[in-house]
Amino acid sequence: MPPVAKRLRVGLFVTCLVDLFRPTVGFAAVKLLEDAGCVVEVPEGQTCCGQPAYNNGDVADAKKLAQNVIATFEGFDRVVVPSGSCAGMIVRHYPTLFEASDPWRRRAEALAAKTHELVSFLTDVLGVETTGAKYSGTVTYHDSCSGLRELGIREQPRKLLKATGAEIVEMKDSDVCCGFGGTFSVKYPEISGTIVDKKAVTIEASGAETLVAGDLGCLVNMAGRLSRRGARTRVRHVAEILAGMADGPAIGETRGGRK
Amino acid sequence: MKITSPDFERKASKALHDPMLQKALSNIEKGFIAKRIKAAAALPEFDDLRDRARDIKNHTLERLDLYLEAFERRVQAAGGEVHWAETPDDARAIIADICKRVGARTVTKGKSMISEEIALNEHLESLGLEPVETDLGEYIVQIRGEYPSHIIAPAVHLTKEQVADDFRRVHGHLDAKRDLTEPTTLLGEARTVLREKFIAADVGITGANFLVAETGSVVLVTNEGNGDLTQTLPKATIVLATPEKVVPTLEDVDTMLRLLARSATGQDLSVYTTFATGAKRPGDPDGPAEFHVVLLDNGRTAMLGTEFQDMLRCIRCGTCINHCPVYHVLGGHAYGWVYPGPMGAVLTPTLVGIDKAGHLPNASSFCGRCEDVCPMRIPLPRMMRAWRNREFERALNPAVTRFGLRAWAFLAARPQIYHKINRIASLVLSGLAAGRGRIRKLPFAGSWTSVRDMPAPEGGTFQELWKERRAASTTESSKAH
Ligand code: SF4
Repeated sequence: MPPVAKRLRVGLFVTCLVDLFRPTVGFAAVKLLEDAGCVVEVPEGQTCCGQPAYNNGDVADAKKLAQNVIATFEGFDRVVVPSGSCAGMIVRHYPTLFEASDPWRRRAEALAAKTHELVSFLTDVLGVETTGAKYSGTVTYHDSCSGLRELGIREQPRKLLKATGAEIVEMKDSDVCCGFGGTFSVKYPEISGTIVDKKAVTIEASGAETLVAGDLGCLVNMAGRLSRRGARTRVRHVAEILAGMADGPAIGETRGGRK
Repeated sequence: MKITSPDFERKASKALHDPMLQKALSNIEKGFIAKRIKAAAALPEFDDLRDRARDIKNHTLERLDLYLEAFERRVQAAGGEVHWAETPDDARAIIADICKRVGARTVTKGKSMISEEIALNEHLESLGLEPVETDLGEYIVQIRGEYPSHIIAPAVHLTKEQVADDFRRVHGHLDAKRDLTEPTTLLGEARTVLREKFIAADVGITGANFLVAETGSVVLVTNEGNGDLTQTLPKATIVLATPEKVVPTLEDVDTMLRLLARSATGQDLSVYTTFATGAKRPGDPDGPAEFHVVLLDNGRTAMLGTEFQDMLRCIRCGTCINHCPVYHVLGGHAYGWVYPGPMGAVLTPTLVGIDKAGHLPNASSFCGRCEDVCPMRIPLPRMMRAWRNREFERALNPAVTRFGLRAWAFLAARPQIYHKINRIASLVLSGLAAGRGRIRKLPFAGSWTSVRDMPAPEGGTFQELWKERRAASTTESSKAH
């Protein structure tokens, strides 16, 4: 490994959901990045990327939170996010929040240019072919919308999953929304609930033991519906498997498995 | 048409619990989507065509007045007349006048969403005329007293069994024991019934897919040929269109046509593509004596120069609707007005007001699939978001939402307090899960957990565990020294 001074200094944007629901994903991201030769820091000043405000018309607050993220992370060589939708927010949407004449526009663009979703950073930027973790069992991968359509993430996670020894069984319509949509699932719980039920049916029909995706919001939504249906499918963030940290309880489970 | 969009939530809930509707809707996913993929894949230049089509429309919209004037001159030269209508009232009055002047009793109609926009059928009926829808899907919704639930497949919310029942009810003069199990027999029966109407019609009204500035032609695509009969058999033809349908040349139409059917139904081309130019000329074997084009604005030109201008590129292919996960579970009627799905979520608020249609641009998960498939590359999610911004500016969204957002944003802008609250939230949620790994009923978001569990947090926030780990590793390394 090159000396620390030559290594990329990466700021990890943990995301608010990982911070609250699933610290393991954060630790898995740290491990993957360090294994790939990066120096990882987790700035304390981070909170949320601002999507709830941005997606609900509250532009003023969205800007405020974007400015906080920009100021907190602009000093790093790269910024990595274990979520397609939060990375997409920074990469695709932050620059649009500021007028061309606003000095924040340039800062937002600079941050956008060096921000990456975790798996695509490993593969597309660092050229990682395998993470070295071993995993046996069948997994099915759900393509979360923002990662897929805003950042072009589709083959990258599948490639790294295959390299662990996992067997991928594709569900039908893996590219169709799970119905989460952040505040959408709170504002329209019944519509969201019907969409996630259809998703759960296709996941179960795939026969895979484990559902994997790159966005915790979608995972929490799908895990919630699967467990309500009484399905046996386990649910994990892709980083957990890639980092070899998939021996703890899956999402929605306790140490003893599902109760 | 009566606007029921404010009642969106109740209508959505009803739709979600309607098993017949859910069964009918499952056909959309099976049919349209796979066919579109196949049709697009078979045309290597499909994506280039999308760019070209977008550019053509952008170019046209920048010079809309010039192209519309050119179109009008060409129509006049071909013996037709263009009528300019600013409001639905204006359009209805113009159409009523023409009908009255030719002494019309029966009016045949090709599919036209704009006629739904101005509730034309109701108006014609109130004047003692008999409007007859001649597109099979439109005919079905007309005899049911409904309105279309999809812009290209008006009766997609119905199963063929429901349609067979309606035909038995309405076509009482036909043999009660006839077989109506196949879609083709239903189509055949509708054709027989409609034939008499085509012949009896005094005026034919159709929509338009494109208006050609270069030639004054009106381009209409159908799969049943009903548009041709509606336009050519009666004494007078009325084409009801909107200004943004104009394109400069026939060649431009060609570009659009290569995208339209492929996107809409996965066909290379619709079964019928009709170019109608002006009235019957001396020596023509047939055609209408009068040819009218009614151009209804109804708020469209006001979209020019705003963040909604791109919506005027829409060619009404319906593929954004076909790919929308929300539409897939609701169907079109829940949206409460003429245009459903993503294109409706953008268009309806511009035409009826965001105060009435506020739910529409909100009821989207922003999955982005619509923009991905739109042949005209219309940024539909971006425009739905623009509506949410306007709503928020005008304080039209619910007070709880606004308060919640503001309070949350206040905390999120203060990392230290935010991290403390996250720690408390983690503890509270873990407490609610009571060691089961998931929460079956959330106290403040009961409807979220009415359909799904809330997985419990693992325990501890990342920030706090990370700090602990850092502290531990510093002590370790200082011990080692
Ligand atoms: S918005 Fe695009 S996809 Fe939707 S109907 Fe219009 S052209 Fe078709």
